[in-house]
Amino acid sequence: MQIVKLPKENLDKFVGSLSKFGEIHAPIKKDENTYLFSKIEDLSKIELNYNRTILPPKKYFLPPTETIFRFSPEKGYEPPKDNLNRKYVLLGVHSCDIHGLKILDLVFSGTYVDNYYFTRRKNTSIIGVSCIPDDMCFCRSMETDFVEDGFDLFLSDMDDSYLVRIATSLGDDMVRASQSLFKEVDKEDIAEYKRKSNEMKNYFKIGLELYNLPEIMDLEYESKIWGEMGEKCLSCGTCSMVCPTCYCYDVFDELNLDGKTGERRRRWDSCLFKDHALVAGGLNFRKERSSRVKNRYFHKQRGFVAQYGRPSCVGCGRCIQSCPAKVDIVEVITKIRSVDYE
Amino acid sequence: MSEYDPIKTNISQVITETPNIKTFRLKPERSLDFKAGQFIQLTVPGVGEGPFTPSSSPYEKEKLEVTIMRVGRITSALHDSKEGSVVGLRGPFGKEYPLDKFRGKEILIVGGGVGMAPLRSLFLSLTYRLDDYKKIVFCCGSRTPKDIVFKEAVLNKWQTQFKDKISFRITVDEGDGTWKGQVGLVTTTLDNLDKEISNFRESLAVVCGPPVMMKFTTLKLLEVGYRDENIHLSMEKNMSCGLGRCGHCQMGKYLVCRDGPVFTYEQMKNIPNIWD
Repeated sequence: MQIVKLPKENLDKFVGSLSKFGEIHAPIKKDENTYLFSKIEDLSKIELNYNRTILPPKKYFLPPTETIFRFSPEKGYEPPKDNLNRKYVLLGVHSCDIHGLKILDLVFSGTYVDNYYFTRRKNTSIIGVSCIPDDMCFCRSMETDFVEDGFDLFLSDMDDSYLVRIATSLGDDMVRASQSLFKEVDKEDIAEYKRKSNEMKNYFKIGLELYNLPEIMDLEYESKIWGEMGEKCLSCGTCSMVCPTCYCYDVFDELNLDGKTGERRRRWDSCLFKDHALVAGGLNFRKERSSRVKNRYFHKQRGFVAQYGRPSCVGCGRCIQSCPAKVDIVEVITKIRSVDYE
Repeated sequence: MSEYDPIKTNISQVITETPNIKTFRLKPERSLDFKAGQFIQLTVPGVGEGPFTPSSSPYEKEKLEVTIMRVGRITSALHDSKEGSVVGLRGPFGKEYPLDKFRGKEILIVGGGVGMAPLRSLFLSLTYRLDDYKKIVFCCGSRTPKDIVFKEAVLNKWQTQFKDKISFRITVDEGDGTWKGQVGLVTTTLDNLDKEISNFRESLAVVCGPPVMMKFTTLKLLEVGYRDENIHLSMEKNMSCGLGRCGHCQMGKYLVCRDGPVFTYEQMKNIPNIWD
């Protein structure tokens, strides 16, 4: 992989040049300790030094709600009006979130490839950025603190400059279009990069032990912890909404006022919602809140491993930060693993 | 055209099976290839979409039928539809009954209530090449004689047509004045099964019905010696997208829409709470 250097004083110029490649979206500061991915009109609003955004980048590929087709008695079924072919540049994506997208890619491919999702994926270039973990990050323990692909460029913060990994030909085009802004990496840069890389592990405050976790989950299926969690969890579904790997969606019809035409839409759903496993006739396979919490943990740390060979959690810390009941996944898993806990 | 777009489909005939079950003959704009056990998604425009298993023979494409009990919003809208109404159809989705595995075997089919729908499709597939199979035992349980789905076929037509090769064991939970047959839960049709099936270890069973019926039938089959991998169950959940994505039909490591709806008990047995 080719690596070049971008001095920070050239960053704005470089980002400005990216508008040729698509509409630029990047993290902005919304409030104290609150960031979000947003359309950038003023480059000075970009905040690349952030811990986490409220919503992960999945909102660009699987929007919170979208039309999947329109229907009318005369015309039958017609495609939605949304333009899927708009080009975007998503700047400042953390390694964990890139892993989150790679996990969604697994789910949205397979036998039936989701055209809505993958058209947006194809039309969006990703520029990653390195980060310093805070006390809710546990990506290192989920093996998502480093990413090898899934981006066009990746910027590693070197204080006065970024080391830029060029991963794709599109990334190469972006650099070539502003060649004069970049410099070659020298020996000092390499030494500094190694120093920073070796230090990284010291920042992590929490971690989740993956060794044998699926088997431990199986053994603890009847654990009292699920009942305790059912008492604590509010079933609000916030953790699902902010999760970079939660993809459940609900499909529903929306009728226009004429009572004949309308749209079929989909929207984010959560397995914590009471009606998630409800079937016609009133049978609910996960009626109890505890069974829904349990399902969420088992899907992420057990079922997904069996299906795709890895957990569907990237350690971004969003669920810990957002939970109104202060449910902390790392604490829960640590409790399940502890020898003393029955 | 995406995998979400339904095919415009005409309801060409509505047959009332029981007080709350109807069979709908469907004429999609494009004909549909499906195999017994797979499911389709039916759309009532403006109401929504739900998963149903065809009840007709896969070999008679022009007679595509679904048999549906009135239980909720979409099924009620379908029940209220008249002949000539337009609905939408997607599919087929999921895994079918593994008929290759059935060849040369003694086959036991156990159905309860509207669970008879996919089993009729299976039955018609099996009888299409009846010589491929050693023996078929067909068990059917219904609440009352009025609730027997495909009543005429189950009680008369099939029994006459296939009397040499297929045994029928029909029961109702509660009889009425006219009922001369067996009374008892569907599991009672499995009593003295050794009169029909010579080798339980090698025989294959197919079970479809309400969860509680499938549970007790499976337990009884295991008791008499059926092997886990030879018991085939239809695990109906709220398959919403049908494409293995939306997450609603997740069961352990499986998605019912993608990996099922037909599963073996071998696949299901280590998943907790499969019956509730």
